[in-house]
Amino acid sequence: MESKCTCKVKFSGTYQQECKLRDVIEKYKDQEGALMPVLQEAQGIYGYLPIEVQRMVAAGLNVPLSEVYGVATFYSQFSLNPKGKYQISVCLGTACYVKGSGEIFERISDLLGIKDGECTEDGMFSLTACRCIGACGLAPVMTINDEVYGKLTVNDVDRILEEYKAKITEGEQ
Amino acid sequence: MRNVRELMELRDIAKENLNSAKYQILICGGTGCTSSGSLKLYEALQKEVEKVGKSDEVQIIRTGCFGLCALGPIMIIYPEGSFYSMLDINNIPDIIQKHIVEGTPAKEYLYEGTLDGDKIMAFSDTDFYKKQKRVTLRNCGVIAPDNIEHYIAYDGYMALAKVITEMTPDDVLDILEKSGLRGRGGGGFPTARKWRFSKEVEADQKYICCNADEGDPGAFMDRSILEGDPHSVLEAMAIAGYTVGADQGYIYVRAEYPIAVEHLKIAIEQAREKGLLGKNILGTDFSFDIDLRLGAGAFVCGEETALMRSIEGHRGEPRPRPPFPAIKGLFGKPTTENNVETFANIPQIILNGPEWFSSMGTENSKGTKVFALGGKIAHTGLVEIPMGTSLREVIEEIGGGIPNGKTFKAAQTGGPSGGCIPAELMDIKIDYNNLIEIGSMMGSGGLIVMDEDTCMVDMAKFFLEFTIAESCGKCTPCRIGTKRLYEILEKITSGNGELEDLDRLEELANHIKEISLCGLGQTAPNPVLSTLKYFKDEYIAHIVEKKCPAGVCKALLAYKIDADKCKGCTLCARNCPVGAISGEVKKPHTIDKTKCVKCGACIEKCKFGAISKG
Repeated sequence: MESKCTCKVKFSGTYQQECKLRDVIEKYKDQEGALMPVLQEAQGIYGYLPIEVQRMVAAGLNVPLSEVYGVATFYSQFSLNPKGKYQISVCLGTACYVKGSGEIFERISDLLGIKDGECTEDGMFSLTACRCIGACGLAPVMTINDEVYGKLTVNDVDRILEEYKAKITEGEQ
Repeated sequence: MRNVRELMELRDIAKENLNSAKYQILICGGTGCTSSGSLKLYEALQKEVEKVGKSDEVQIIRTGCFGLCALGPIMIIYPEGSFYSMLDINNIPDIIQKHIVEGTPAKEYLYEGTLDGDKIMAFSDTDFYKKQKRVTLRNCGVIAPDNIEHYIAYDGYMALAKVITEMTPDDVLDILEKSGLRGRGGGGFPTARKWRFSKEVEADQKYICCNADEGDPGAFMDRSILEGDPHSVLEAMAIAGYTVGADQGYIYVRAEYPIAVEHLKIAIEQAREKGLLGKNILGTDFSFDIDLRLGAGAFVCGEETALMRSIEGHRGEPRPRPPFPAIKGLFGKPTTENNVETFANIPQIILNGPEWFSSMGTENSKGTKVFALGGKIAHTGLVEIPMGTSLREVIEEIGGGIPNGKTFKAAQTGGPSGGCIPAELMDIKIDYNNLIEIGSMMGSGGLIVMDEDTCMVDMAKFFLEFTIAESCGKCTPCRIGTKRLYEILEKITSGNGELEDLDRLEELANHIKEISLCGLGQTAPNPVLSTLKYFKDEYIAHIVEKKCPAGVCKALLAYKIDADKCKGCTLCARNCPVGAISGEVKKPHTIDKTKCVKCGACIEKCKFGAISKG
């Protein structure tokens, strides 16, 4: 499980985000087992769980920071790194793997120059390997944000990434 | 609703409403079909039906999974039962015009498996469906999961009504005992016994817990039930609550299943509104409510004690048993925990009787089992078969065999905890005991098919990579042992293996099995042991001949261009990402082995089959 925080992006939470987080903490504070849902909503607010956010959660719920960190690093859904504008997730579940999703993953990793759990320097793409999104009929599958791409070949990947890159350059102009 | 009579009245009205339209269009809204665009199709259908002025005659329902995911998006139109597959949004107007306006099914868009010369078969007569027996999936692909009245129309909540008004907890246990139902999450523990443990404990508070943390990658049985028929699980949990004396239930569901989570939320809300959850259900003294808890992506949380730790808000680490959760579980209180599919069987057993249930299946495994067919198989999807069906029937008849003219090599059941079944054991009758006997296990129902292009050593390595990542790290054999197993496999697949490594693998695997704390570690070596047992020759080929017979392990591969077949079209050279291919136009090309990164892009592009690896 990914646990090291290698992130070099400076934390830039806003006042509005902090207010939202306080409301969430208030809502769950007295419930048994509050930590998980609070972290889930905190990640929804900030997009990831930097140490600054973990500190706020620890103080708000009155639990040790070590416990918050322990839970945040235990579950793969929680990320200590920010995600890219386009989040690429390649399914490495068994059904996709036997149909060649390992090669798909490697190809994307090569093309973008990033590894599992990392984000490109320009903040545009991040890459994760996920375990089964349940669309096994379309194997091998990857998702880019909410868009699902199925029955992929290595060549499709080149084309799809080109499309996104073109979109980014268009946006810049 | 205040009593059973009101429930029955609602059922009769709901039934009438469901059958009132001349045409009923069912479109699959499961994850598979949604991923290929069924939501847009649903909207297009509504628009088109309105446009041709047939809204009064047509009822459009977005259902759960039909099962034949490989052919998605799927739609069925009744009364004919016409099965439209691989739908394209551009064809919707044509289909509506022909089928709804002109009254004849649009043959050109029907699934070819339903066409027999001029005759059109109903989908239930196709090879895929006719050998199945849909008990837990009976409503999937039939009702709208976000409408409680559809569920009630098909006798939903009648089992709960019967239990809380006519039966004692002991009556329920007797029925379950007679039915022979065993846990569908993988372990196969008798459900009646589990419930009895909890019932017999004295406590001020007890809990019911539904394990919907379906972590086996490539398995989606529970997801489909939750997406397509969430009320069946709620109803069964309430029955369990009445039987053991609990008034609160939790469903622990993967956050990666957004549609299932959404449908569960809607279902719980609707059940509360109708008075089928909450205080004094149907006017009785029995109260029961259910809350959702979302998992956050940890395979080990499928283990019951880890799951409960996670609900309590901690790291999902398992603890030693005893005490068993039935005695001391969630928040230290007696907790009955069952899997989604186990629960989904229970209302049917109550309504149809234990004899009906035990008439299906084998001596030690009663009823049916849902499998998620995946991998190298024509009909990828979800099937429910009576226990005792042979693997051959599942793969060749229901599953439609192996595509692209390849040969079957093995089927993996039980995911990272299970083992593979080789071709020579294909006639095995699928039940709990038979699968364990041959070194695999039932598991939760993932069934991945592999063909000649799958390397079994690589598969074993793949599963270990998974268990290493998912090991919680609490006990040493699992945390460190699996890593060492992986390293030995890595050594073999990179061409540095020795024959002694095979003995080391086996010895270490058996140690890990014996001394790990929980099910994850105890079963993690199974993929290694079963591939060693049935595919030792592949391991030996990697070690002695330094070859990967399936052509998967990269370090042992070399790409070659056959000079006789190569036409010199230059397509491969243009697509090689590292410029390793050279040659003149219209003359055979060659690959520079020192530059080649073995990505396979050239093989994909070559139109003449001139490039091979091996």
